[in-house]
Amino acid sequence: MLTIVDYQAGNPTSVRRALEALGLSARITADPEQVRRAGRIIFPGVGAAGAAMTVLRARGLDQALTEAFRAGTPILGICLGCQIVLTHSEEDDADCLNLIPGRTVRFRPADPALKIPHMGWNAVEATRPHPLLAHLRPGEQFYFVHSYYPQSERPEDIFAVCEHGVVFPAAIGRDNLFAVQFHAEKSGPVGLQLLKNFAEWKPC
Amino acid sequence: MLSKRIIACLDVRAGKLAKSVRFVDTKDIGDPVAKAREYYEQGLDELVLYDITASSEGRGILLEVVARVAAQVFIPFSVGGGLRTVEDCRRVLLAGAEKVNVNTAAVQRPDLIAEAARAFGSQAVVLSMDVRRVPASAAIPSGYEIVTHGGRTPTGLDALAWARRGEALGSGEIVVNSIDADGTKQGYEIGLTRAVAEAVSIPVIASGGGGTPEHLYAALTEGKADAALVASMLHYGEYTVGEIKAYLAKRGLKVRRTT
Repeated sequence: MLTIVDYQAGNPTSVRRALEALGLSARITADPEQVRRAGRIIFPGVGAAGAAMTVLRARGLDQALTEAFRAGTPILGICLGCQIVLTHSEEDDADCLNLIPGRTVRFRPADPALKIPHMGWNAVEATRPHPLLAHLRPGEQFYFVHSYYPQSERPEDIFAVCEHGVVFPAAIGRDNLFAVQFHAEKSGPVGLQLLKNFAEWKPC
Repeated sequence: MLSKRIIACLDVRAGKLAKSVRFVDTKDIGDPVAKAREYYEQGLDELVLYDITASSEGRGILLEVVARVAAQVFIPFSVGGGLRTVEDCRRVLLAGAEKVNVNTAAVQRPDLIAEAARAFGSQAVVLSMDVRRVPASAAIPSGYEIVTHGGRTPTGLDALAWARRGEALGSGEIVVNSIDADGTKQGYEIGLTRAVAEAVSIPVIASGGGGTPEHLYAALTEGKADAALVASMLHYGEYTVGEIKAYLAKRGLKVRRTT
């Protein structure tokens, strides 16, 4: 059983549907106690960082996620969930969860032909091996929709990159936490593979 | 660099689908869910489900189709046809779609675009516009007029002005459907597609007239489109998604290959 955190940022059922297609069951919850006790947590999300942090704090989910992270629970962040595990977001000037040191910053392409949001399929290149990126071929494409990207401070926290005017981290991680900027649940068979890898992941 | 997207459009005729419910688990051509799954397996990038009856009894069937597609197709998809209010949009998004397509209702009440963008974000709101070529005039300087009701009703709106307004109101993408080219399989209307792509800074999807992979290539290069909508090319089995992508890749376009 996986636990999907619901914090009023997008529709968490699309992640649950993808897990169900893999034969995995998941519950969607906004209850911090369930998050603390969860065996495995997926932290998806679409929307603005400031509003998301307000909801997380109001429900005590910020504390619950931090405690679960420190306790070693495997956590997968997706999209907005990949941004608010960092220290701070430029979007709404929001202080975030600070599980991985870094900042979320806005795309500022010099080339006007590069559209924002960065929306569509783009190639992801692994920069370091990670169990969640197992079985993925170089240059595999994933589905992105975002105007901000996660800029983690330490190079060793970056596991894959993508390019949209700037080379930016597409997957970051630390210990039992892994987070992807793309929508694994909407990235076809390769996205499902990543979710399967997460369900089987045993962080040391 | 982003890949050029191939988007398949599936019409959901609610009444007819109801009759073909018994074919649901077969590869019957009338079942949009089976088609959606087939194209997904071929490497489709995105899907549009269009409810072409949009009657109230059809709405329930549409939502059921959306939920069934969402359970087996793990790429983004949008739903259009008869969405008039934020509540209509919310229902299809909760059923599993990522985006809504608004068309006639947005022409009649442009604030629908702004309301939906506020409620769900611009990335979830696609402005779909039907366009017909007309003699250029003071009211329609581009010579492209927005029409509704399948092309029967002229609106007096200039297509480029409407596209810019749609972007300003918060739409995240624009589908440019040429009524003149639609169904001809003689190619997309390149001049129109390019004019809209140059008028706005959001992604533009070419629609209407696609009959061969060469037509997609023209729309995605000369027409400056970010994506191309295909329907009958796939529905009648003339091409697979993989064949179209192989052609585009051979011509040097970046596409997402799944094999």
